[in-house]
Amino acid sequence: MQRIGVFICWCGSNIAATVDVERVAAAIKAEPGVVFSADYQYMCSENGQQLIKNAIKEHSLTGVVIGSCSPRMHEATFRKAAASAGLNPYMVEIANLREQCSWIHKEKEEATEKALVLVRTAIAKVRLNAPLTEGESPVIKRALVIGGGIAGIQAALDIAEAGYPVDIVEKNATIGGRMAQLDKTFPTLDCSACILTPKMVDCAQNEKIDILSYSEVEDVKGFVGNFTVKIRRKARYVDETKCTGCKICMTKCPSKKGLDEFNMKLNTRTAIHIPFAQAIPNVAVIDPEQCIKLKTGKCGICQKFCGAGAIDYTMKDSFVERQYGAIVVATGFKPINIDAFNEYGYNDNADVVTSLELERLMNAAGPTNGVLLRPSDKTHPKVITFIQCVGSRDVSGCGKPYCSKICCMYTAKHAMLIREKYPDTEVHVFYIDVRTPGKNYDEFYRRAVEQYDVDYIKGMVGKVYNENGKLMVQGSDLLNNEQIVIPSDLVVLATAIEPEPSVRKIATLLTASIDTNNFLNESHPKLRPVESPTAGVFLAGVCQGPKDIPETVSQASACAAKVIGLLAKDKLKTNPCVAHPNEMMCNGCSQCADVCAYGAITYVDKEFRLGGGKTEVRRVASVNPAVCQGCGACTVTCPSGAMDLSGFSSKQIMSEVEAICKK
Amino acid sequence: MSELENKIIQRAAALLTEGKVKRVVGWRKGEFIHDPSPATFETADSLKEFVYNDYCGANLSKYLVDISKKEGMTAVFLKPCDSYSFNQLIKEHRIKRENVYVIGVECQGKLAQYKLEEKGISGITAEAYDGENVVLDTLYGKETVKKSDALLDRCFSCKGKKHVVADETIVLGEPVDTTVGGRFDKVRELEAMTEEERFSFWQGQLSKCIRCNACRNVCPACSCLKCVFDNPQSGVAAKSNADSFEEQLFHIIRAFHVSGRCTDCGECSRVCPQHIPLHLLNRKFIKDIDALYGEFQAGEADEGKTPLTSYTEGDTEPNQVFNATEEK
Repeated sequence: MQRIGVFICWCGSNIAATVDVERVAAAIKAEPGVVFSADYQYMCSENGQQLIKNAIKEHSLTGVVIGSCSPRMHEATFRKAAASAGLNPYMVEIANLREQCSWIHKEKEEATEKALVLVRTAIAKVRLNAPLTEGESPVIKRALVIGGGIAGIQAALDIAEAGYPVDIVEKNATIGGRMAQLDKTFPTLDCSACILTPKMVDCAQNEKIDILSYSEVEDVKGFVGNFTVKIRRKARYVDETKCTGCKICMTKCPSKKGLDEFNMKLNTRTAIHIPFAQAIPNVAVIDPEQCIKLKTGKCGICQKFCGAGAIDYTMKDSFVERQYGAIVVATGFKPINIDAFNEYGYNDNADVVTSLELERLMNAAGPTNGVLLRPSDKTHPKVITFIQCVGSRDVSGCGKPYCSKICCMYTAKHAMLIREKYPDTEVHVFYIDVRTPGKNYDEFYRRAVEQYDVDYIKGMVGKVYNENGKLMVQGSDLLNNEQIVIPSDLVVLATAIEPEPSVRKIATLLTASIDTNNFLNESHPKLRPVESPTAGVFLAGVCQGPKDIPETVSQASACAAKVIGLLAKDKLKTNPCVAHPNEMMCNGCSQCADVCAYGAITYVDKEFRLGGGKTEVRRVASVNPAVCQGCGACTVTCPSGAMDLSGFSSKQIMSEVEAICKK
Repeated sequence: MSELENKIIQRAAALLTEGKVKRVVGWRKGEFIHDPSPATFETADSLKEFVYNDYCGANLSKYLVDISKKEGMTAVFLKPCDSYSFNQLIKEHRIKRENVYVIGVECQGKLAQYKLEEKGISGITAEAYDGENVVLDTLYGKETVKKSDALLDRCFSCKGKKHVVADETIVLGEPVDTTVGGRFDKVRELEAMTEEERFSFWQGQLSKCIRCNACRNVCPACSCLKCVFDNPQSGVAAKSNADSFEEQLFHIIRAFHVSGRCTDCGECSRVCPQHIPLHLLNRKFIKDIDALYGEFQAGEADEGKTPLTSYTEGDTEPNQVFNATEEK
């Protein structure tokens, strides 16, 4: 019989205000096996821990139940305390009286009753606990960065700086991401390419960094310190090792009608192309949907002209498999699809553009060489109206409920740049709120209003319609309490941003959790903001939440620090709560191996005695405890119940259920 | 003796005399023609007891779990729908494929003896066809029955006449499709009921259960070395007895255990002495799996993952509440 000690924490008033902690501590004394119980204001404090340690020694406790906050907060604290008093740390169980009880109940009586049930449940489990010992696993000293935008670039550079090799996997033909498409950056108005491209070059030149462009993560196995990642290298039909980036192919390619994704499809490009002048790697790629040779078998002009002999129409997707100790997700964002917003007439009027399209229209490397011309008739727009929050803070279901965070600042930037370059242009901005917290941010916005006379109108736009070639923007001016119509030449929609959709697949492969808006969840919103709840996976940039460049870069560097901290370790402690099969019951059916996300289960042929001198060779499951993460998927899949999990055995779980259901 | 039966027996005899196989798994004659039982034949001489007729519904696949471990080759006769079970067992590494010689045999739909019995027909000594009807000689005189009235329930939604696994086949006649209505018609009827109606339907059916375990013992998907219901350590064995409506737990746990692996061979319903339509539980699972994870037929392939033990991007989201009555 176990000698169990129960410790009920008040958590200040967090638990004690809703749960009668003294009553719980007193009532639980009567439970079989409980030889000690106490309540204390802060069990996690030095004194609280000392209370536990003393009780373990004085009462020769063999099991400890702590009624406190979630085990995610302090399980490690209490396990350490128990260990220092000579008790195996896995003989400690937590009853979550805060998140699962006091915080969600109002009635003290009800909450106290529930607290008693939760503590009894933990007691039922600890009765069946057995001492467990942690193992060790080595750390592979190489990091993977998924996404080659500014977040991925920064993270990779910082990790490489510490001396660890890093691979960047980028799905596009070049790294650079969204930032490469921007014209100027707020709040300093320096040229985006001028500050980004040196970092891109640094990546290319850094011998610790390997850029796998035009590649996607196909499969991920393993766990923190030991990931095995399969990467698809998409066929670019150009040999990366041979192409010199001379661009002769682009001048000769007869298929010129592809829409240029880099320029937001505002102009056309050839089938074989280099996305932009500063692309890294500076290697061409063939769009297979557009290439005449690949589609019809006839053409081959680029191959004829390529002096380097780099063109290979027979190229197929290939795969590489590499091992990593840590993974940074930096998959970035895209503007949302605004087809649902008919009122802005985006699909009907060429001169209604998104902000990212405007970036290209103002960029020297863009379709108009930096001269602001409206798309329909290539004339200078004289009246430009900006509409903010297109799809942001939208609970109608068409857009996104969150604030995209960057739009107020870039709209102020656009307005200011236009007024600076074309002072005869009239600029209006419709806004719900102008949100500009941040160093030098509000000053930036004030400059747009006060110095550049940008007309900010508080109100939303109801309709944009074309009348005699003018875009009539009808909206409300809430401060003057009137409906207004602004005849405009160009309308710019500050479109909401959303995570790049491919993040869903990546999150699934990494078993990293994701919220309803497809943003990856951080382990703790305040205290672990760059860690995914999945160990060894870190988050940088907009994939975790809307943010601007300075924030993204900070987060990427924070990620790098976490990765470096991990890679600096030679060994990691492994979780002893791993699966193990009962070979006498194992059918060898392979279902457990099928569901194992970590590849921890293999099968072996083993000889078993049948009695009477007879033996039988059977195929049975075998778990590699260094690879098993204790998720329990195998235990619930096994039809005969042959697979069980240390620390969370089926018997322990059933006894918990029984304790909950017992009246 | 039909031409088909004759061919099958001759082939079995040849395999045994040539020494190509050590034993043959087939069906042995009973007292009447409607009561054959699965059997192993080790000599050509013993084959005079061999039978293959309209009442050989028994799926022989599961016997190979044990027999394939024996020394020497074993030949087995599998009807098209039996071959799915055999394949599923291969996939689960339960049968040693290299020790088995599979002979696919023709099936034109099998008859349910109990359905004849319900019509008061027993003691059948001979059988002949007259178009859609079966003419039966019984100890008590001649009887004529429409074949579709006497078919096993499983034959109402025939999986087809293709053997998904076979080393050779013995097929003489043109395939006859015995399918009547849709595979999931009855499941849909149950889904359309209110919760109370459905509960009382199943309570009525499952209360007939005498826990003879025939369904489990015949089921090719129930091939565990140690069944959780026979294992006092599992914590389940005794639990089901504690409930006043224990059969509910037994059959539903069983349906969960075979979900994604059940080939819908219908043996559970065929052998149930209480005629509980157990296959409907399995079909409900199959229908839901099809709807949530894409169409899947267990046993169609002898390798690869099943929808419930694999993840694809097309899988239903965990937060999606599945409304069974809503057809896709």
